[in-house]
Amino acid sequence: MGERVGIEVSLAASEAVKMANVDVVAAYPITPQTHIVEHLSQLVADGELDAEFIPVESEHSAMSVCCGSSAVGARTFTCTSSQGLALMNEIVFIAASLRLPIVMLLANRSLSGPLSIWNDHSDVMSIRDCGWIQVFAENGQEVFDHVLFAFRVAEDEKVSLPVIVNIDGFVLTHMIEPLEFWDEDTVKKYLPDFKPVNQLHPDKPITMGAFGMPIIFTEAKKAQDEALIKSKTEILKAWKELGDLVGRYYQPVETNHLEGADTVFLTMGSIGETVSLAVNELRSRGKAVGQVRLRLWRPFPFEELRDAVKGVKRIIVIDRAISFGGPGGPVASEIRAALYKERTMPAITNFICGLAGRDVTPDDYIKMYEKTEKMTKKKVREEDYIIYGVRE
Amino acid sequence: MIKSEEELTWKDLEVGCVVSAAGNASQYKTGDWRSLRPICDKTKCIKCGVCYIFCPDMAIRKTDEGYFEADLYYCKGCGICAQECITSCITMVEEEE
Repeated sequence: MGERVGIEVSLAASEAVKMANVDVVAAYPITPQTHIVEHLSQLVADGELDAEFIPVESEHSAMSVCCGSSAVGARTFTCTSSQGLALMNEIVFIAASLRLPIVMLLANRSLSGPLSIWNDHSDVMSIRDCGWIQVFAENGQEVFDHVLFAFRVAEDEKVSLPVIVNIDGFVLTHMIEPLEFWDEDTVKKYLPDFKPVNQLHPDKPITMGAFGMPIIFTEAKKAQDEALIKSKTEILKAWKELGDLVGRYYQPVETNHLEGADTVFLTMGSIGETVSLAVNELRSRGKAVGQVRLRLWRPFPFEELRDAVKGVKRIIVIDRAISFGGPGGPVASEIRAALYKERTMPAITNFICGLAGRDVTPDDYIKMYEKTEKMTKKKVREEDYIIYGVRE
Repeated sequence: MIKSEEELTWKDLEVGCVVSAAGNASQYKTGDWRSLRPICDKTKCIKCGVCYIFCPDMAIRKTDEGYFEADLYYCKGCGICAQECITSCITMVEEEE
């Protein structure tokens, strides 16, 4: 077992990337991801990490370089936030369709405007359908573990897909936490050498990124969809093995205080820890409240979600992004869709909060619960979503 | 046996749709882009091969008799052959349904 150290999560993430022994890092610094890229650049400059650090001129180039390096069989890492992700958007979709196992840490930050550097999930929601495997981490340890998990899953020959690990900007990236590093043997056991499914190599020329006429495009997209859906098998296996090695067992959907719960909060990312404090408080007041955390966002864990909320009467879904003019926050929309066919579908209340880093404390979640309880009692027809704490 | 594009299912595609075999651009049917078809009047044709030289898609073949004719699997109907033909023996006619 590895050493326990107090370290800023960004630096720990970079150290995990180093332990994964990447070959290429191509990234452009952007707040709040900066410390990760800076530290990796330092590690390469100091000779501690034998990799190419490619200081590109934009995120569009960063992701383009990643596609090229992954295509020739190099273990490839990048990292970005918000506007940076928006700028690389075009190539993000291509990386998935080419089935290139790139790993990206996304330090979640709101999309402009107004210009903001603070944390919410509007950036990742803008690429919801990009075809990458997408997971959320809740604390520093999970970030460290999931960097290694991401390489392991991405490069699995049965998967061969890029992976995004979402980590909340500032709230996680700039936090100093005590966390456990893996030792080298454990990393070696967990993460085998990268053997690409397809490789650009002069000895055996192939074409990647060819034109797809209407006659073949639908088949290409179906194959991509199936690959992402089927990746869940390897994701579960990789989490199980991770648990067997380091003792932390991750699940697509994780739960807290579900025993006898009639109402559950559903969260994604670091706010899960804040909500768990609110849940403890509400439990101590005798309320039958629990919590469901979505760790796996893509492929969406339909079965696990349905199992987790079986018997629950109401779900309070917390969203960190707005779908302007749409049916609610992006998470709530998907939860509603995922449960629509259930015989007893729980009622769903959707709060959108914590936009661009606005603090949401355990007290706020308690207020959300109380508001929901009141609406349930009055049997009012609810709004599709409530933007919590907005000044009217 | 290699399946034609029409027969390929999603399960037949290689991971990431890579093209692992060389030279398969010849399977790509560009003929269905065509709205005009070149028709050659053999009584005027002098078998000079100018159409063959100018065809940007190399879609013109020499027949056993020495005439030149468009391969309609590839011919996009651009009309360059008709434009360049010395004796104006090629005319472009509307493709009909």
